[in-house]
Amino acid sequence: MLESILSFELLGLGPRVIALFVTFGFMVGVFFGFFGMGGSFLVTPALLILGYPAPVAIGSSMAFVFGTAVIATIKHHDAGQVDYRLGALMFVGITLGIELGSRLVFGLEVLGIANVVVGITYVLLLAAIGVLFTRSALQTDEAVGDETGERDSDTNSDDDEIPAIARRIQSYNLPPMMTLADGSKASLWTISGVGGGVGLVSGFLGVGGGFVRMPAIYYVIGTSLAAAVGTSLFGGLMSGAIGAFTYGRAGVINIGVVTALLIGSALGARIGSSATAYVDEDDVTIYFGIMLLVASAAVGISELSDWLEIPVLDRVSFLLLVGSALLVCFMILYHGALAVRRARGVPA
Amino acid sequence: MTGTELLTGVSPSLQALAVIGIVLLEAVILYVGYGGVEKAVAPAVLNRLASR
Repeated sequence: MLESILSFELLGLGPRVIALFVTFGFMVGVFFGFFGMGGSFLVTPALLILGYPAPVAIGSSMAFVFGTAVIATIKHHDAGQVDYRLGALMFVGITLGIELGSRLVFGLEVLGIANVVVGITYVLLLAAIGVLFTRSALQTDEAVGDETGERDSDTNSDDDEIPAIARRIQSYNLPPMMTLADGSKASLWTISGVGGGVGLVSGFLGVGGGFVRMPAIYYVIGTSLAAAVGTSLFGGLMSGAIGAFTYGRAGVINIGVVTALLIGSALGARIGSSATAYVDEDDVTIYFGIMLLVASAAVGISELSDWLEIPVLDRVSFLLLVGSALLVCFMILYHGALAVRRARGVPA
Repeated sequence: MTGTELLTGVSPSLQALAVIGIVLLEAVILYVGYGGVEKAVAPAVLNRLASR
């Protein structure tokens, strides 16, 4: 009986592999639903470590990001946290930026320094965004002091949620000014610049770009964190569709892998998206920042593994990446449970 | 199993659109399906969380 279960295959995958992908998909889904990023960033290295060829790993990861982004966007749409106009405006810049970024890589490849430059840029960018979030979380902790944990996310005004740097950028009146979904205004130049910058990074590094897109919307354009996550997911949906189309044309998307991952992530993304309505972002931002710093170290170790030709370092890098993501996923679920108890008047 | 096995003899663009269509369909089915599960199970889970 057990033997027949273990020999069962669905879409070319055995039960153990399906269980692995569903569990991994769940973790990525929670992460993706809560932060609006983390799809290709986590899935592509996982598939590469599991022995899938790079085009299959990237193509399947793109298709997975598209599917998860659809689910998470619908969920955020229900909560009114997606600014479609902003997403569409950014998308024009993103598309142009991706083209420019990929041309830059080809240019560096001609010079024979593409891998080194891309690797170092990736490590520095992850570290910089990690420091930004960690510092922001620590400053908030200091400012809030003893009141931390007592604030209800529903009672936060949008002004409180928008970072000071974004409010300063919004104060410069550079026409044409666009009205965002929350009523605030942002220059079309800022929006296009952010879109172009995010696209450039995305095309240059060959990643989905959610880890840049979400902070850029939050810190530069200036929306609430929840709206930044929702709008970033909408951006992920569009870039995921384009990526899936490109790799789908080459016939390298593994539908079995995508389906198994989606079964897990669909549930995780619902939970992660719902958690944004309960969990005070300040409680989790610090873990997010630390995770990005660990991810920066993990990517650095992976680059070292290639240069020094020590394959075991690649596994260390993968374990660091998944371990830190798992920790943040657990903290989201933990703080979500605490928030539910608080909301129902149960002492934490 | 890869996307190429889904349709034979059609253009790569059509194959790619078919793959996107399948992923979109899966995503919608899973969203609706888990929505049903959420409606049925969420109140009990939230009560359990609050009572522990």
